[in-house]
Amino acid sequence: MSGLDFVVAALSPFHVAIALAGVIAGTVVGALPGLTATMAIAVLVPITFSMDPASALILMGAVYTGAIYGGAYSAILLKTPGTPSAIATTFDGYPMARRGDGDLAVTLACVSSVFGGLVGAAFLLGLAPPLAKIALAFGPVEYFWLAIFGLTLISALSEGHLLKGLIGGCFGMLLTTIGVASVSADIRYTFGSQTLIGGIEPVAALIGLFCVPVLIDLVAVPGRHLKVPTETRGFRLPEALSLAWRHKFNLVRSSVIGTIVGILPGAGGSIAGLVAYSEARRSSKRTEHFGTGEPEGVEASESANNATVGGGFIPTLVLGIPGTPPDAVILGALLVQGIRTGPKLFVGEESSIVYIFIAGLFIATLLMFPTGLLIGRYAYRFIVTVPKALLVPTVAFMTIIGTYAIRNNLSDVVIMIVLGVVGWALDRCGFKPSPIVLGLILSRIAEDGFVQGWTIGTARGNVVAEFFARPISIGIIVFIFVSLFYPVIARRWRIQQEAKNGHET
Amino acid sequence: MKTFSKIVLTTAAAAVALTLGLTTTASAEFPDKPINYVIAFKPGGESDVTARFQQPFFKKMFNQDLVMSYKDGGGGAVAWAQLNGMTGDGYTIMGTNLPHIVIQPAQKDVGYTTDELVNIHMFHYTPDAIVVKDDSPFKTLKDLTDYAKANPGKVTMSGSAKGSSNHLAQVTFDRLAGTKTTYVAFAGTAPSSTALLGGQVMASWGYTTVPPQYAGTRMLAVAMDKRHPNFPNVPTFKELGINMVSGAYRGIAVPKSTPEALRVKLGQMFQKINDEPAFIKQMEDNGFAMVNAPYGPKLTQFMTDMKAAILTSAKEAGLIK
Repeated sequence: MSGLDFVVAALSPFHVAIALAGVIAGTVVGALPGLTATMAIAVLVPITFSMDPASALILMGAVYTGAIYGGAYSAILLKTPGTPSAIATTFDGYPMARRGDGDLAVTLACVSSVFGGLVGAAFLLGLAPPLAKIALAFGPVEYFWLAIFGLTLISALSEGHLLKGLIGGCFGMLLTTIGVASVSADIRYTFGSQTLIGGIEPVAALIGLFCVPVLIDLVAVPGRHLKVPTETRGFRLPEALSLAWRHKFNLVRSSVIGTIVGILPGAGGSIAGLVAYSEARRSSKRTEHFGTGEPEGVEASESANNATVGGGFIPTLVLGIPGTPPDAVILGALLVQGIRTGPKLFVGEESSIVYIFIAGLFIATLLMFPTGLLIGRYAYRFIVTVPKALLVPTVAFMTIIGTYAIRNNLSDVVIMIVLGVVGWALDRCGFKPSPIVLGLILSRIAEDGFVQGWTIGTARGNVVAEFFARPISIGIIVFIFVSLFYPVIARRWRIQQEAKNGHET
Repeated sequence: MKTFSKIVLTTAAAAVALTLGLTTTASAEFPDKPINYVIAFKPGGESDVTARFQQPFFKKMFNQDLVMSYKDGGGGAVAWAQLNGMTGDGYTIMGTNLPHIVIQPAQKDVGYTTDELVNIHMFHYTPDAIVVKDDSPFKTLKDLTDYAKANPGKVTMSGSAKGSSNHLAQVTFDRLAGTKTTYVAFAGTAPSSTALLGGQVMASWGYTTVPPQYAGTRMLAVAMDKRHPNFPNVPTFKELGINMVSGAYRGIAVPKSTPEALRVKLGQMFQKINDEPAFIKQMEDNGFAMVNAPYGPKLTQFMTDMKAAILTSAKEAGLIK
């Protein structure tokens, strides 16, 4: 088959229909906090047994990409990431919605997601076998530094309250240590309780820390949840497109970051969004506006997390190493189908499966544009117009169902509610939820990488060299320093400039 | 009177026949709705994948679906601690793993004990194996043991978690072979194999499932009684003078309120899948090895032996007191 044949095969009515259905189902699932892409795909696996491998992959890929995008809705409209990938979307998406630009934020998220998805898929199409090597280049030490890099974002997110931000981050890191340690298998800080043995599930914590305080405030404060626009303004698509065009470098950079982080099996959509956000914030001219409803923040996070879909498939299909958790489920489904992943999959007889799938992924990503706009419009109108008396119970109900569904465990619901109340109280004292969540998500990666790096370094006889003398590690360490000190340097530079130009104030 | 007793007899006989008939039809009809198959781990892991292998065969043979749900947490302990609180009507089954269900309760109170779990079938295992990259200087197991003896502690070996089958195998191997290697625990077989492929470690304690899935790896020896049918050229540890047979065993358990008849029935049903040549081929092609221990004396014997063996090696490894 030649290139065009694959596109034609992918454009068969059946494939387009399952891509469309997959994207819609994925978007809805992703929008509901707690229901993740992994879960949605796991439910679909038995259905794919009766399909040929290419169709099965298209369906699962469509659901996956839709779910990652859908996470943006609740991030923007409820300040609750629908999937962990959308954490960074809350930082600017929710402030935009609060000031009445929720419709613009949702449309912008759609544009960015489609763009990021296409970039990720393009890398998968063109450069999968060479790029898969990145997955192997990252060892434990590199993951440790990458997690530390993610944590530096705390300083950016808590400007003016750095100490409180750091305390919050440490609190999050402490929470992660509860339960069975993933590397050492020690049971820690459960105080003999069966409820805590499973640890703090990150998604449950996300829902608790982000959503419960919003719900409490909704009830406690009179007035509407989001500012209602005075007139109906449609999708605000031209506005979103012109913003995206103005920030095209941000979109490209974030999509490339998303693809690369997606390739790393130890990272995922949440880290992709956070790293892209951090870089967008640093390189923007409007750094100080980030966190107050800056469209660039939404673009960075959303394009990066959808780029991880294509990126994640790279090690999955080339090496048999799942790039992200949903990829692990897809890989399992492929094993049942009898498909052996590996570099040969891209050149051998079975390569038509991969290329039809990639064509299908492009189609699914493009279909996300119209469906995403429509569903987004509906979600926005619902959240804005529905009376509080209906909105609060509905969302509260969904948080409980969603938390339970993560791993069918009632303990998670209890932990979610307790964390929510604690988070609300802490918020009153100026401890924001974002640093806590960053600590919670990143410290597991940091701890595993640290312990493994330490063990390997000891065996090699030089722990210091293990941590500080590997080329990629050095690169990440440089980024950590830039990220930490750039704001200080930039400010000093600006003050000097202003001093030169004469004071204006 | 004669006729009366005849009537009584016939009625009684009919009643007996009817009851018998009913019970046979009742048990023949099981299952008449989908069965909830709880996996104690995340979707996409080996426990999930092997259950997925069973899924289509179950549907074909018994015309009902196995519906997976996932209850991961605490290395499986969260799910196993809840199993006996679930409804024992045969429609809830749960995957179990050895050595996990032996070691966890022996280490700490995890909310269940090994003997409280009612297993109805043990269907396969992934034998432990030493895996290296294709281009590794270790061509044979002897190359590795020689190097390890000359450089104590220098040989780094990745593996899936601590207190796991891989970890026990590493400790047992070091003891039997007289070597000292460094075990680096990863969060699962996928990250552990990734570390091997990326050259972060020199070798890996993996399973016979690793080479089929990860191109560019080969095995030095497998911890099986006889060579794996899919890898006739890879020797067993036994052949090389190291007497170890071990791996991660997987089975299925039911809540303890499940009636005896259903336990037997379910055990037979999963054994029937295990007897299916297409299923065996699929499992073995992917590196798994079959275990055939359906509910009954066979499973009781199997569990007794396994428990004793695991506890002994875990004690020797210093994992439990």
